Amino acid sequence: MVRFVLRRTAGTVVLLLGLSFIVFALLYLAPGDLTKNLLGNRRVSPEAIAAVREQYHLDDPFLLQYGRWLLATLQGDLGVSIRSGAGVGSMLVDRGGLTMALTLIAFALAVGLGVPLGVLAARRRNSAVDRGIVGAALVGVSAPSFAVGLLLLYAFAVMLGWFPLYGVGEGVLDRLWHLALPAAALAIGLGALVIKMTRTAVLAELEQDYVTFARARGLNGRTVSRLYLTNAAIPIVTSAGLMLAFLFGGTILVEVTFALPGIGSLLSESITFKDVPVVQAVTLLVALVIAGTSLLVDLAYLLLDPRVRRTGVGA
Amino acid sequence: MSAVVTTAEGGTPADQGREPRDASRRLAGRLARGLRRVPGSVGASIAVLSAVVVLVAISPLLESAATAQDLLLGTTPAGTPGHPFGTDDLGRDVLWLSLAGARSAVLGPVAIALGSMIFGIVAGMIAGYLGGFWDTVISRSTDLVLAMPPILMAIVVGGIVGGGYWVTVAVLVVLFAPSDIRMIRSAVLQARNQPYVEATQVLGLPTWRVMSRHLLPNVMPVVLTNVFLNVAFAIVAMSSLSYLGLGVSPGAADWGRQLADGRSLLYLNPAASVVPGLLIIVVATSTNLVGDWLADRLGVRSVA
Repeated sequence: MVRFVLRRTAGTVVLLLGLSFIVFALLYLAPGDLTKNLLGNRRVSPEAIAAVREQYHLDDPFLLQYGRWLLATLQGDLGVSIRSGAGVGSMLVDRGGLTMALTLIAFALAVGLGVPLGVLAARRRNSAVDRGIVGAALVGVSAPSFAVGLLLLYAFAVMLGWFPLYGVGEGVLDRLWHLALPAAALAIGLGALVIKMTRTAVLAELEQDYVTFARARGLNGRTVSRLYLTNAAIPIVTSAGLMLAFLFGGTILVEVTFALPGIGSLLSESITFKDVPVVQAVTLLVALVIAGTSLLVDLAYLLLDPRVRRTGVGA
Repeated sequence: MSAVVTTAEGGTPADQGREPRDASRRLAGRLARGLRRVPGSVGASIAVLSAVVVLVAISPLLESAATAQDLLLGTTPAGTPGHPFGTDDLGRDVLWLSLAGARSAVLGPVAIALGSMIFGIVAGMIAGYLGGFWDTVISRSTDLVLAMPPILMAIVVGGIVGGGYWVTVAVLVVLFAPSDIRMIRSAVLQARNQPYVEATQVLGLPTWRVMSRHLLPNVMPVVLTNVFLNVAFAIVAMSSLSYLGLGVSPGAADWGRQLADGRSLLYLNPAASVVPGLLIIVVATSTNLVGDWLADRLGVRSVA
């Protein structure tokens, strides 16, 4: 078991190193001249260009640049934004709170509604209720979050006027009220995914012999459902990393749609301006959070399931 | 990238030992039989997709009506004479613009799905059938890409590489391929232990022939189903990029672009963003529905 934990952790570290290399290489190879981005289109003396190239070590070999960047990043120095001159680390802290609140609310909504609906659909397999839930989930999975966001904005902010059109609000309640629509837009896609996963997992358990046996023994419905729901929970819990990935992809579009100053909109702006240090930092941060979550979930799984503890997850 | 799909049975026993041509004929037969009993929702989806195909085919004819600007007219609400869905901020007719946008919305995604299918078949079969060194190389590289949210990677890579529509399509092919590779690899892994594969090996058939004539037809249901699911996901990915202004030139007829432009017109003409928004949702849902139905018909089980 110790070996498994070590191997799994080492695997995550290697994965993150690989991703950091890809992210760095990609931005290194990106078309466009960094000095031009820095100095703008002004007429500048060759000395100034040389000074900038010197300052950003642009003339060093690629691997040396990567090594220097990686070392600095590991020490917590994320560099300075090309666009605003502010430290990337403090930008992330400034913007991170909103994104965290948004994704947490969306996650709670998606899981809180998705799991019960998925269980309900599986229990009433092939009924009208099941078909309705599955159909709705299909639309939810297919609809891009920005399109859902705009439709929600139109329906609830413009037509009905129940929610604000944009902005983040002040104070806890006001902020929640401002985040309600964006969180709903973000939650619909994930919720649909959760419904599909839950339904598949519960259906798979319902086919198992132990369920038939438990019923045949005359255990009451509540006990039987506790049995299979616990087992069905395993694949859902272990896909938490996948769910986070889904949320992080959608949050960029939702933050742009609702003009929210979070990490997603920061990434979008930074890409437009080719603000390389910020793009690198945000991408790595997302990779770190997702890989870290997957690792934690796998380890938690290890603690929960004695069978896996003995043999190790087939990863 | 989309769902992970595996064959339910890996081919029925009747499959085994038969000539591959039979396998593809059986595939066609199963589809044809299925078409006779199509559920209403799938029928409607096929109708939607057919309409989209027609729109793409005639899109050169729509071009002039769609991009004709009337700056003096500016934004008008739905119901304006001559403009059932009104006009956008440049005075372009929302209805014509949306119809012409079908081309940009689906042509790229279809290319993405087909491109990543080819990558998936080649690399997936090599990894699954040859195994060993190549399997390690291919599988570890796919792990790397799959560790990141696809939409986020598409936005970052598409935005940094820049370039036009087809460059973005190429970037997305690279990002979509890993999930195809992984899926076809696992389908091949299941198929390679079947007696019919052993038989070809005993007969001493060359490896490429085993792969192309015997394995490929048997993993085709997985491949085919996945093309549809990938098209649906690529529609979402491409429109997300164009919504952020990546991969489309300003003023092009494109649904994502229309949504971005229409965001500021929600009071003046909501139809400017609601119409393309609904179109994206309807077309992506229809594609997914047909994909799911195909999976059902072909005995391919989708595990979320």
